[in-house]
Amino acid sequence: MFPDLLLSVCPRLHGRFHELAPHLVPLDYTNQPDIRLPLALIVSMPELKENPFRNRIVEVFSEDGQGNLSFNDFVDMFSALCETAPRELKTIYAFKIYDFNVDNFLCKEDLEKTLNRLTKGELTPEEVNLVCSKAMEEADLDGDSKLSFSDFENMISKAPDFLR
Amino acid sequence: TPSSDTDSNTDSEEESMSEGEMERLKEEVEEKKKVIAIMRNKPWRMKRRLVHLKECQEFVDKFEGALGKGKGRKFYAYKVMMTKKWIKFQRDFENFKTTCIPWERKIKEVESHFGSSVASYFIFLRWMYGMNMVLFGLTFGLVVIPEVLMGLPYGSIPRKTVPRAEQPTAQDYSVLMDFNGYCKYSVLFYGYYNNQRTIGLLKFRLPLSYLMVGVGTFGYSLMVVIRTMAKNADVGGGDGDDGEFTFAWKMFTSWDYLIGNAETADNKYASITTSFKESIVDEQENQKDENIHLRRFLRVLANFMIICCLGGSGYLIFFVVKRSQEFANRDDLSWYEKNELELIMSLLGLVCPPLFETIAELEEYHPRIALKWQLGRIFALFLGNLYTFLFALFDEVNNKLEEEVSIRNASIWAQKEYYANFTLYNNDTDTTPPPMDPSDVIRGPCWETAVGIEFVKLTVSDIQVTYLTILIGDFARAVIVRFLNYCWCWDLEATYPSYGEFDISGNVLGLVFNQGMIWMGAFYAPGLVGINVLRLLSSMYYQCWAVMATNVPHERVFKASKSNNFYMGLLLLILFLSLLPVVYTIMTLPPSFDCGPFSGKAKMFDVIMETIDLDLPAFLGTLMGYAANPGLIIPAVLLMVLAIYYLNSVSEAYQHANAELKKKMQMARDEEKNRRNNTESTDQVMKDLEDLLPNRSLLPPAPPPETDNKADQGGKSTKVRPGTAGKDVNLQKDVSLSSPNPNARGAVTRPPGPRGPGPLPGNGQQGPGGGPGRGRGRGQPPPRR
Repeated sequence: MFPDLLLSVCPRLHGRFHELAPHLVPLDYTNQPDIRLPLALIVSMPELKENPFRNRIVEVFSEDGQGNLSFNDFVDMFSALCETAPRELKTIYAFKIYDFNVDNFLCKEDLEKTLNRLTKGELTPEEVNLVCSKAMEEADLDGDSKLSFSDFENMISKAPDFLR
Repeated sequence: TPSSDTDSNTDSEEESMSEGEMERLKEEVEEKKKVIAIMRNKPWRMKRRLVHLKECQEFVDKFEGALGKGKGRKFYAYKVMMTKKWIKFQRDFENFKTTCIPWERKIKEVESHFGSSVASYFIFLRWMYGMNMVLFGLTFGLVVIPEVLMGLPYGSIPRKTVPRAEQPTAQDYSVLMDFNGYCKYSVLFYGYYNNQRTIGLLKFRLPLSYLMVGVGTFGYSLMVVIRTMAKNADVGGGDGDDGEFTFAWKMFTSWDYLIGNAETADNKYASITTSFKESIVDEQENQKDENIHLRRFLRVLANFMIICCLGGSGYLIFFVVKRSQEFANRDDLSWYEKNELELIMSLLGLVCPPLFETIAELEEYHPRIALKWQLGRIFALFLGNLYTFLFALFDEVNNKLEEEVSIRNASIWAQKEYYANFTLYNNDTDTTPPPMDPSDVIRGPCWETAVGIEFVKLTVSDIQVTYLTILIGDFARAVIVRFLNYCWCWDLEATYPSYGEFDISGNVLGLVFNQGMIWMGAFYAPGLVGINVLRLLSSMYYQCWAVMATNVPHERVFKASKSNNFYMGLLLLILFLSLLPVVYTIMTLPPSFDCGPFSGKAKMFDVIMETIDLDLPAFLGTLMGYAANPGLIIPAVLLMVLAIYYLNSVSEAYQHANAELKKKMQMARDEEKNRRNNTESTDQVMKDLEDLLPNRSLLPPAPPPETDNKADQGGKSTKVRPGTAGKDVNLQKDVSLSSPNPNARGAVTRPPGPRGPGPLPGNGQQGPGGGPGRGRGRGQPPPRR
């Protein structure tokens, strides 16, 4: 709904959306078509190409959880990644991005996957285990050996480097 | 229900909406408006957001107009419309401002290649450029332009003319490069300005404006720096414990989402991995019990060596300045001898920092601490150099002042002689003789212009050295490494010398000190600010190009966030330190007798006195006279001191309260954790108190009739009333420090239910034999929290 409203407000973003798949994306939305671009196209954008979490980012913002973005979702994603997005919003989305198995908790496997993406598999399994248990120990407040959103938020809100 | 017909054109319909309904409607409208405002913060899908937005907007539009009452309704609707228009205008203006920010794309490009720390240098550079533009506007608009447009032209009076002795060489390139010749007698320097009280048709008061602009420069810079510091402090926060969440933060916040370049990404991965490995090693090994004494000795030795270096460099500068004074009297100077002072200062700035780094290896500090020491030492070096330079300069000024007295006498004498000769040769005492040709008048030494020239030369040589360093140190090095690599024995790119990294702290410090010199010199050389603006502009393009073309990303990409306020703090310090010499000269040194806007006055600030006397109404003059009375000033100063002391204590009290709250939160969290995990409390206080409690397994189960009693007492337990325990000794009393001897009524053997953790003095008492029994008889103790 309302893609024509979005179109008028952010034409440049629509330009970027369009150039990802010129034959699929229409230039006007008066018929309100429901066009979704697949994950593989979105992650080829230069802003996301080098990001280790690019797949997760796109999946989080897609409605079906598979990474197919309509233009609405596209605008959503970039407005959350934008510098001027409020901190609470970024926290919420960061939590979702790091939650690989989509169960609204960051369990140990999520942490391990995050770490492996960050270090490109350079750490040994013992080191990975140590780091994940230390991180879990630091942030887990209610002792259920997984991080709920409030644990995550409490930890992130104190971090000096989060906004970037 | 309010009338559903919201078309409230008729009064009768309005009356049908009662006051209460209007209020409710108003509340709803406000609520919808709030929802619209916070919608940005909600993580909703775009569809849901748009649906809600449309709904709320429609509701607000429909009912808002209806809320105005009676005759005020139209005005209310008008007010609402204007508010909306104003908000829209503000939003458009914000968008426009964002697009107007210069060099944004360039900086973003650098950021995506090199990370946020390198980009922070360019953002700082841009900020400096903005500030300097404002200062430039002030100086040129209020001092230079009026003098050029409305003042006397070049050559009309002695101070504006090149003296006859210097005229043949005044246009030589070498003389101009030294800022002598035509440069010296131009608007660039203090000496050019005339001391007429008002100039031109507009009666522009130039001397007053000169002084005010000089002072206003510092005032504006101070305001801007402090405002930026306050803004940075807000965003940064940084009150979290440094070691509290090390691993969690490393995991979730180390990736820089703005990186878009493959090479940088690779470096970032490597640096994250290294950082994790370092933390792991830190975690696994305990304190290295090394030889503390050796380490301390080495540190003291290193500090001693560095102090020697600093002292040596200070002395070197002093020596060179003295030599330059001797050179000033000679004429046959080589290029080196003429520019010796500036060269030495710039070279010291180049050579000493690496020297400090090498010596600092003796100290074996953690890298972050070592960086802070390094920055502190470089700062001390620059500061020492600058102040030594200043002192030597002031020595020279004093010499010039002495010289001035004799020259003044000589020039008056020469003038009298000229007139005498004229009447002698013309035998005509009726005509008034023409004034002496300006270039023939004997000129005083004009110490202000001399000081201005020194600062300008220093700045220019600093610029030259910086640009040359980049050209040779980075560009030539990159070219050599790239092209010589094909025919060299070892891999130039991977090992020595390889490509350079961008030295952030060195560049930032250089910028800060450059600004300090500008602040100091701007009063004596108004053109200096213009030179600086040009320098910053060209620096931005030149360094952006150099970074992208010749540098590689750091191996250890470090964060810029907390450093911003550190550099601002340095800038503030430098601002104060540059303020001091200028204020000193304004207040104590007499201005030259024949050059500059204050010539002829006893002190520079006499301009203000003059203005108050002549231009302002009489009562203001008397008012200022009263205000300047020491009897008024001393109490004012005392008041300010007291206010500072008071604010300081208040802020300390807040910090204490903060710390207490944090501790409480931490304890609560720990207890929560331990309770869920069913482990022993790690808090020593709690542990001790637990040990003092009687063994709970000895308690019989609770008898039923006690439950009412307990409910009562549970309710009463929150009240602190020492005396009420008289009739029912089993009253569960809230622990209070004011309670009389609890032993009289039997021990309070368990902590009260609703209270949080904290010292529980009542618990410490083990009552006499009867007490525990009585206490236990009441059945199960309430849960501890």
